[in-house]
Amino acid sequence: MSWFKRTDSNIQTETPKEMPEGVWIMVPTTGETVHRRELEDNYWVCPASGYHFPVGSKEYFSYLFDEGSYTEFANDIIAADPLEFTDRKKYSKRLEDTRAKTGMNDAAKAAVGTLKKLDVVIACMDFRFIGGSMGSVVGEVLSQAIDMSLKKKIPLIIISQSGGARMMESVLSLMQMAKTSAKLAKLSEAGVPYISVMTNPTTGGVTASFAMLGDFNIGEPNALIGFAGPRVIRQTIGRDLPDGFQTSEYLLEHGFLDFIVSRPNMKNKIGRLLKVVSKSYEK
Amino acid sequence: MNYLDFEKPIADLEKKIEELSNIDIPENDALAPEIKRLQQKVDDLRVSIFKNLTSWQRVQLARHPDRPYTLDYIYKMCENFVELHGDRKFGDDNAMVGGFATIDGQSVMVIGQQKGRDTASRKYRNFGMANPEGYRKALRLMKLAEKFDIPVITLIDTPGAFPGLEAEARGQAEAIAVNLREMAVLRVPIITIIIGEGASGGALGIGMGDRVYMLENTWYSVIAPESCSSILWKTWDYKEQAAEALKLTANHLLEMKIIDGIIKEPLGGAHRNYEEIAANVKTQILSTMKELKKLSKDKLVDGRINKYSSMGVWETLK
Repeated sequence: MSWFKRTDSNIQTETPKEMPEGVWIMVPTTGETVHRRELEDNYWVCPASGYHFPVGSKEYFSYLFDEGSYTEFANDIIAADPLEFTDRKKYSKRLEDTRAKTGMNDAAKAAVGTLKKLDVVIACMDFRFIGGSMGSVVGEVLSQAIDMSLKKKIPLIIISQSGGARMMESVLSLMQMAKTSAKLAKLSEAGVPYISVMTNPTTGGVTASFAMLGDFNIGEPNALIGFAGPRVIRQTIGRDLPDGFQTSEYLLEHGFLDFIVSRPNMKNKIGRLLKVVSKSYEK
Repeated sequence: MNYLDFEKPIADLEKKIEELSNIDIPENDALAPEIKRLQQKVDDLRVSIFKNLTSWQRVQLARHPDRPYTLDYIYKMCENFVELHGDRKFGDDNAMVGGFATIDGQSVMVIGQQKGRDTASRKYRNFGMANPEGYRKALRLMKLAEKFDIPVITLIDTPGAFPGLEAEARGQAEAIAVNLREMAVLRVPIITIIIGEGASGGALGIGMGDRVYMLENTWYSVIAPESCSSILWKTWDYKEQAAEALKLTANHLLEMKIIDGIIKEPLGGAHRNYEEIAANVKTQILSTMKELKKLSKDKLVDGRINKYSSMGVWETLK
């Protein structure tokens, strides 16, 4: 007799949140293997099952901007360690290691360019930089993206993938929720469209601030989107969570998303939406 | 009286004093000098213990079961409190209370999380953890205050927004996010005071004040020390270290310029003297209201947006 046999059928198993490596890549939901090139040609979406592999800002910029049209900005800021935070590892060391490993400054990038020939600002988070967590740098990159959008009166798109606020910056991370939301209030008053795209996963302080404040809230299929993480909720209520809880489909059903769009269709759909909306705000 | 673990020496001495005082003998007066001596000792001890509190001890004080809660402050500071209920969308949240009142004759809207004091009331108040309807009720009341041009006072005391299944279904994240955006542009003064626990988005959801103050023995952070320990140390045992690392006390936050001031508590903590702490909070509210009422509405809102827009610490690459 086994004491530790799993008897519950609907325990959610964590799906990978970083891009896989290698030539033959296994699809975690079906167990099939697909050739890397086939995935790359299809926006990292499994052609057979529709499973969306995680991708980062570099990929999203190339999927959404017209070819060669974009310029990055707000790329000269990096995290300080104002609290001199240490858990099992020094935050300063964690930052250094992650920068070296990823080649990125922090967990968000911003760029301005065209999408279907419309001027847009796109900011995108990167989960592989400390879980896409939002500290002062992410808050500032997004703020500069909002400012750019406001200054040029062109639509803003923010693509989220994040576990939430960055613990190692404590209350300073919390204040990034206030900062981005205050800036978005200004953008909203100026009547400039803001599209929030939520990808797997979007949780915590990111969901509870800019990600949920889109004029249009969009989800990628089957992305985990929520405030509290599933583990915390399970601990709190002391029972298992229903199938599909906190997925994009669940949020659509509960009225918190405008629509779900698969990655290969994203550019077309956003382009169409912005073309219609822009009639009302472009003079 | 409930004592915390680090108050044990105080508790022991106070018990001894009580025992001596209760001895009923004719020559009772003979004990008076001894009682007086012990009383002096207990006073000195309290001063020395409370002079050097660790971050974790402040967290414990912020959670003290005898600590005054939002409604205690409202009844001590205000007159004419009329409690208002409901978010007009789904229900009423007993973890979030609010209503119009006067303070020193001036109309205000007071909103805050409410904890319970015994098992039944703790459950009724959901331990001060609001659901989405709590945040939506708070926003409805703030909009009412804006409509009637009345300042808003928010009192924060929460271990976090409720992490439940129904809370997710009804959009906990959306409710908090909308509050942040709407508070940023609310056209009346907002004064925020952290009276106990200020846990993360659940606190900030009513916390975007023009001025933010913390009581001396409170905490405000992106995460509770125990949860931080469980995530970063993979065990619940490092709560003291996590509390230090998070720099979550009033002194730390003032140093980081996140808050505008610290409100002094009676020696031994706010629960030692409700009258005194309520009077201190009231004095702060009145002087801040006087200052904020001088600003035009545009200046007020611009100031608030600028305050929050400038938060964060980073470095620029050469």
